Amino acid sequence: MFIINCPYCGDRDQTEFSCHGEAHIPRPTNTATMTDEEWGDYVFFRSNPKGYHRERWLHDHGCRRWFNALRHTVTDEFVATYKVQDPRPQIPGDGDQS
Amino acid sequence: MAGPSCRQSRYIDDFMKAYSLFSLARNAMSYHRNWQRAWRSPDPKSKYDVVIIGGGGHGLATAYYLATQCGINNVAVIEKGWLGGGNTGRNTTIVRSNYLLDASAGMYEHAMKLWEGLSQELNYNVMFSQRGLLHLAHSVHDMQEIGRRGNAIHLNGIDSEFLTPEQVKEMLPIINLNCRYPVMGGLLQKRGGTARHDAVAWGYARGADAAGVDIIQNCEVRGVRVESNTVVGVETSRGFIGAGKVGSVAAGHSSVIAEMAGFKMPLECYPLQALVSEPIKPIIDCVVMSNGIHVYVSQSDKGELVVGSGSDAYNSYSQRGSFDLIEHTVGPLCELFPLFSRLRMLRQWAGIVDVTVDRSPILSKTPVKNLYFNCGWGTGGFKATPGSGHAFAHSIAAGEMNEIAAPFSIDRFNSGALIDEGAAAAVAH
Repeated sequence: MFIINCPYCGDRDQTEFSCHGEAHIPRPTNTATMTDEEWGDYVFFRSNPKGYHRERWLHDHGCRRWFNALRHTVTDEFVATYKVQDPRPQIPGDGDQS
Repeated sequence: MAGPSCRQSRYIDDFMKAYSLFSLARNAMSYHRNWQRAWRSPDPKSKYDVVIIGGGGHGLATAYYLATQCGINNVAVIEKGWLGGGNTGRNTTIVRSNYLLDASAGMYEHAMKLWEGLSQELNYNVMFSQRGLLHLAHSVHDMQEIGRRGNAIHLNGIDSEFLTPEQVKEMLPIINLNCRYPVMGGLLQKRGGTARHDAVAWGYARGADAAGVDIIQNCEVRGVRVESNTVVGVETSRGFIGAGKVGSVAAGHSSVIAEMAGFKMPLECYPLQALVSEPIKPIIDCVVMSNGIHVYVSQSDKGELVVGSGSDAYNSYSQRGSFDLIEHTVGPLCELFPLFSRLRMLRQWAGIVDVTVDRSPILSKTPVKNLYFNCGWGTGGFKATPGSGHAFAHSIAAGEMNEIAAPFSIDRFNSGALIDEGAAAAVAH
């Protein structure tokens, strides 16, 4: 069981939240000229890393607001949660912000 | 003279190795101390015609059919841990072919037909038991769903029967029809049932090994070597192993293998949990599933109830799950079968399932030449093991996906021709 730190409400039980997959996938702006491959990549293809993962969470049974989290997919450890507009927190042991 | 006597000794050798009443009696005389090893444990060669990544059921089945039906014996199966230690050993052993869509019916019924002769073919008892598989419907929507799916199954020439609540009660006297969401009907596939999951891996491993396949355990793939967009081999914890073709059958780690080869897959990984109770006397003689209230249960030959439900809904490679999902699993179980509320659960575990958005698998060529992927089986791959291995082996051998595998190409995520079993198959595995 996780305790998840909602950036708006603080520490809450995992059962109040739902996870909605990889974060920071911007909706493309050139939709009229995109190829099928580019659409497929945007809609379906995911990095699905074994390691640190930036992902979207929703506090369904709380403030009902969306936020992002940096979590490790092997240990399930949350490194940080952050508001959508906040700068991305650094991956532990990683110099850059990618 | 050499030919016939060679054949003769081979025949005697095969006869001595085959599992039979005779071999059982012979080995009983030496107190079962002299059984031969079921498969060798060879050192990897420097190059193989085909390297299969992943020694689970699907990978071993692929190797078995490559060697026995496609004339490709120079094959290695490379497994990070031990055979069948991943999802093959973690599923709830259910076999069925009652899918909605034609492509799925083609694949799963192909598998079902292979299941039906598998113990004989492998000379290994996979304990395939066609005890019947019953889907319950709890709402008008459920009734419409089983109506539509049941008729689609009929049109594909697969067995399926509608049951009234009274017929359900007759099959399962212990069921509580008037639970919170009362049972309104059921869809029964009599040819569905269970198989012993470990035996499937072991039987295919033994068969593949006897046909010349090298099974290399405790050997982790750490890289995929690609030269001018063609795969030439894999980097492993035991050094480089060259390969003419590579088939990745890595289930939960398929995205990791894809990343090594330089592309992404339309997959996300989740933990899927299961649990077993303490063993009790025979009480359920079929597999019971409920998509509506989200639980499935069967009874193993040891007497344990084998129980599962949905996957945890967050990306993870942790092979654990969350506690609240266990509650969501046993809640409906006790609602349907109130007398199970007094049972103790003995073990709980999770496997990492690689899920596609349409809940259908991927058997496909990839952007890298001679590198093939068989993955995306998500929460329901065990039932397809023989069909998946068979179709994948023939496709690798031909260099083109065969008729059964072709609809499951990775290209469908670009073309939009999805095989959307999400609604029909979301729970029932």
